[in-house]
Amino acid sequence: MKINLTPVDAPSIRSRPVYSALEPRNGTLHLIIADGEGAEAVIQVLAKAHDRSQMLSTAHVIYAPGPNGTDLGAELQGLGAAQFYRAPSIPALLPRLQRVLSDARMGTQFYLAGTEGLIGQAETAIMSYGFPFVAIQKEHRGSTVRRVQCVHCKGITENVATDPFKCSHCGLNLFVRDHYSRRIAAFQGVNIDAEDPGQVPESVVRFK
Amino acid sequence: MSGGAKLNVRVAEVVPVNELITRFRFVASDGADLPAFSGGAHTVVEMDDNGTRRLNPYSLMSSPTDRSGYEISVRRDDVGRGGSLFMHQHVTPGMEMTLSYPVNLFALDNRAKKHLMIAGGIGITPFLAQIAQLTHYGGKFELHYSARSKGLGAYMDRLTAAHPGKVHCYFDDQSQQIDLGRLLSMQPIGTHLYVCGPKGMIKWVLTTAEAMGWPRQTLHHEEFTAPGTGKAFTVELAASGKTITVGTTQSLLEAMEAAGVDAPYLCRGGACGQCETTVHKCDGTILHRDHWLTPEEHAAGSKIMPCVSRFEGKTLVIDR
Repeated sequence: MKINLTPVDAPSIRSRPVYSALEPRNGTLHLIIADGEGAEAVIQVLAKAHDRSQMLSTAHVIYAPGPNGTDLGAELQGLGAAQFYRAPSIPALLPRLQRVLSDARMGTQFYLAGTEGLIGQAETAIMSYGFPFVAIQKEHRGSTVRRVQCVHCKGITENVATDPFKCSHCGLNLFVRDHYSRRIAAFQGVNIDAEDPGQVPESVVRFK
Repeated sequence: MSGGAKLNVRVAEVVPVNELITRFRFVASDGADLPAFSGGAHTVVEMDDNGTRRLNPYSLMSSPTDRSGYEISVRRDDVGRGGSLFMHQHVTPGMEMTLSYPVNLFALDNRAKKHLMIAGGIGITPFLAQIAQLTHYGGKFELHYSARSKGLGAYMDRLTAAHPGKVHCYFDDQSQQIDLGRLLSMQPIGTHLYVCGPKGMIKWVLTTAEAMGWPRQTLHHEEFTAPGTGKAFTVELAASGKTITVGTTQSLLEAMEAAGVDAPYLCRGGACGQCETTVHKCDGTILHRDHWLTPEEHAAGSKIMPCVSRFEGKTLVIDR
């Protein structure tokens, strides 16, 4: 199985999120949120569990297909977790997560796996309940497309693959920075031709 | 001067709370407001006990919104080194004393949606200030407070009257114990846990919570260790070129101070880390009594916390 981890050492900027492999931890509930290839990380963390069936019997898995179309929902469902829910998309997954969080108790372990968009938005939802973000496990798998906020109009563009790109809200040409906001779960996009309008470097595919 | 800036205060009130605990109120000698503090902060009280300088940390228990004075509660320890006995026997209203600025090593994490507090005995004091703070600024809390008996449960009446439904009391002499597993299983995510009390209680609460999956970042505790007594020992101070002897009831920090060495300190209870000192040479055993250094650092023996830790053996050379 190919492991595609974002390097955890030397991020280009302090706010750039870092990720590491999920590890099983003690907990009364294992809340596992994944999208796309994140399913593979979920399968692996369960395989590492000291008592796999015990972990599965206290696991709630919430999954959505990835932005690249990868859908391993059937494989995850087949694991036999106490609860499994497949959402058609991340926006459809988040209300389910909110509902689960409103009843969750301390002793819950959080495992997030998949694209940065999914991880970031799930992390923001969990943090809003006062849970420390450093205690949330995050493993990046699959697509590297980014969720980017235009710092000018504040609109968020999902699944950005090229740099620079045109803001889907205000149309400005945006340079994609590694500067990340944990609060809004997005990288920052900054106008690249503010001083010389029209002088826009050729767009390249940086995120796949 | 180590230990930070000092506050000149006058003792305004001395109030016996129960057979073991006495409350003291200090006001600034010049009548001004005292520095602001947050719930969980402590101050180090300086005592001149017949020529022996004693510095003991005590949690501030008064409301952080009241800057006209600081209050502490002192539990008398008849077999201790004498600091609490001095407070009980010699401190009277009108006396001038010196305090350190408040330092907080046990602050509330205001990102929490709920604060779960567990207190044992005199460990209630920091919670009194934290509860006053939460009551003033808004914040959800629940207190579980155990004491040996009703008579020794200081401030229980005040707390239960002011916060009905939020304060739960337990008495050892009635064989009541906090149902910890059940309590910890019922807390909404975003709860932080705070424990202050006897060493055994702190360990019980922290290990139970960790085993149940509570993240370390949500677990807070405070424990001041009295320096404790032991055999006298000799220490070489490499930086100041002195060799000193630490008496049986003296701490290494106190011995350095008595020898005119200005060593850094803040809490004097093994908690804050300020006095951490490098060990150059150790032929013997360092008796680590702090909760600052990691177990690995304790085992390595290359560092010592002079406020509480001692030494037995031939030679100890430290970087001070």
